[in-house]
Amino acid sequence: MANDRLLLDIRNLSIHYEVEDGTVRAVEGLNLRLGYGETLGFVGETGAGKTTTALGIMRLVPSPPGRVVKGEILFEGEDLLKKSEAEMRSVRGGKIAMIFQDPMTSLNPVITVDRQIAEMVALHQDVNEKEALERAVEMLALVGIRPERAKDYPHQFSGGMKQRVVIAIALACDPALLIADEPTTALDVTIQAQVLELMKELKRKLNTSMIMITHDLGIVAETCDKVAIMYAGRVVEYAEKRRLFLNPVHPYTQGLFNSLPELDEEQEELKTIPGLMPDPTDLPPGCPFHPRCGYAGPQCATESPAMVEVEPGHLVACPVRARKGDKP
Amino acid sequence: MQTATTATKKRRNGVGEVLHRIGKSPMAVAGLVILAVIFFLAVFADVIAPVHYAKQNLMHAFEPPSAQFWLGTDEFGRDILSRIIYGARISLMVGFISVGIAMCVGGVLGAVAGYYGGRTDNLIMRAMDILLSIPSILLAIAIAASLGPGLFNLMIAVGIAAIPQYARIVRGSVLSIRGQEFVEAARAVGSSDARIIFKHILPNCMAPIIVQGTLGVATAILVAAGLSFIGLGTQPPIPEWGAMLSGGRSYIRDYPYMTLFPGIAIMLTILALNFVGDGLRDALDPKLKR
Repeated sequence: MANDRLLLDIRNLSIHYEVEDGTVRAVEGLNLRLGYGETLGFVGETGAGKTTTALGIMRLVPSPPGRVVKGEILFEGEDLLKKSEAEMRSVRGGKIAMIFQDPMTSLNPVITVDRQIAEMVALHQDVNEKEALERAVEMLALVGIRPERAKDYPHQFSGGMKQRVVIAIALACDPALLIADEPTTALDVTIQAQVLELMKELKRKLNTSMIMITHDLGIVAETCDKVAIMYAGRVVEYAEKRRLFLNPVHPYTQGLFNSLPELDEEQEELKTIPGLMPDPTDLPPGCPFHPRCGYAGPQCATESPAMVEVEPGHLVACPVRARKGDKP
Repeated sequence: MQTATTATKKRRNGVGEVLHRIGKSPMAVAGLVILAVIFFLAVFADVIAPVHYAKQNLMHAFEPPSAQFWLGTDEFGRDILSRIIYGARISLMVGFISVGIAMCVGGVLGAVAGYYGGRTDNLIMRAMDILLSIPSILLAIAIAASLGPGLFNLMIAVGIAAIPQYARIVRGSVLSIRGQEFVEAARAVGSSDARIIFKHILPNCMAPIIVQGTLGVATAILVAAGLSFIGLGTQPPIPEWGAMLSGGRSYIRDYPYMTLFPGIAIMLTILALNFVGDGLRDALDPKLKR
């Protein structure tokens, strides 16, 4: 893929947290690409490094203890890791916006919602206060909140509406990339559907690229174009959504799909992947998944698996399964 | 922390709500009424006071309370009631301005310490610990002595002595709010550190600061009276309550009303401020709602 067609190109990114018990390798040699207008689903268990990667892109990894050890984050062709703090401030919000997990806590309780949106606008666009507030009301209308609610405080809104406000803030400056960190985890199922629908619609309208961080494969199926499966700080499988859902190759991805309950079968127990996520301060050598993997051979414990293309645009970090090339 | 956030919400949501809750506490209402009266006296002292505070009348020196001089006169025949009324001005001004100084300086120091943490935090808070290790009245005496006597220096001395308390309170509140998601969200929209501290964090920790401030005014008035009593505060003929106590102390056996009435004025003011402070604390704390 040519470089100029990529909005975001993360190369060999490693982010470590230095803590008392050692080094937490939260993200290790991660590669990821995102084209203009695409939505990428970023799937993994808690602790797989999804949020750390997102914070890394924003250059907001808490430091200390966090540290970007190596790698490049090319955004519109420029390495974000080389930018100054002042330059990053204009990128944050202006070009890359983030939606946090919990709308209950990601709004400032003592500022009215229109002012919170206006703040974003005022920080990145050359407007006066009145224009910023007008823009705020427009944004609220866009996410389906009536203008007379603009002067309300966050606690006067329900969870779903707060998340709409958060989305309005994120999109107020028309960012090129929207990172949504589990935007629906804190919401109940019906509201989840509404919020996802809204995000999909706005993404289409504003032609924003999006990274959707989630552990819910259903949300991925609903919203994404491409999927990256993350395990222990690495991307283990990356493919177009349909391919990945029809033909998961990596043993971990297969394990994830197998663990979903079947609708048309009686099931006593869910099928689980044996074992637990490895301790991130003490990752096993070679492939981090090999202790839990049914296909593991002797080389898996020694060689770090490279990404192999099993079909066009479908990359898998498992040489064993890639060689077999078996289809389900 | 949750307490503070919710409390601030309430307050912002309606000053009326807080007033309503203060209204449920008779002590706080009494405090508010007394304070209102003292404020009224202070503001309209020129109109209310029977004579000017410096007006001497040696013919009537040391007169006990009478119809002409309600609270008696001092050694120069000055009307004690008038001096107490004018003194309210000085005392309230000293109280509020010195607390204002302490709140601004201490607040900024505490916020910076709490927000940045690490070495900055250590440096600032250890300096505050050193200040705290000296009894505040001694500290104020030392500062007032080095600055020289006078009303302005008095306020500075009392203010500086109170800085550590505010720094501590603000630091604690900032620490608890710093980790919240909306602060990270503010960073993610590209806010600068100063903007995050002053616009996002500090407004969320106003409740404990307001309460401490109210109680702090009482302490400041007391410390200021103490300094004036030992001669480091306001200079004659300015009618500061502490200075009046000091002036009357040589005559305390024969003319006790010369010290009694300024003392009562100080006591009433402090009491009222403490009542209001306690009431505010309860009103701003939703956990004590019922």
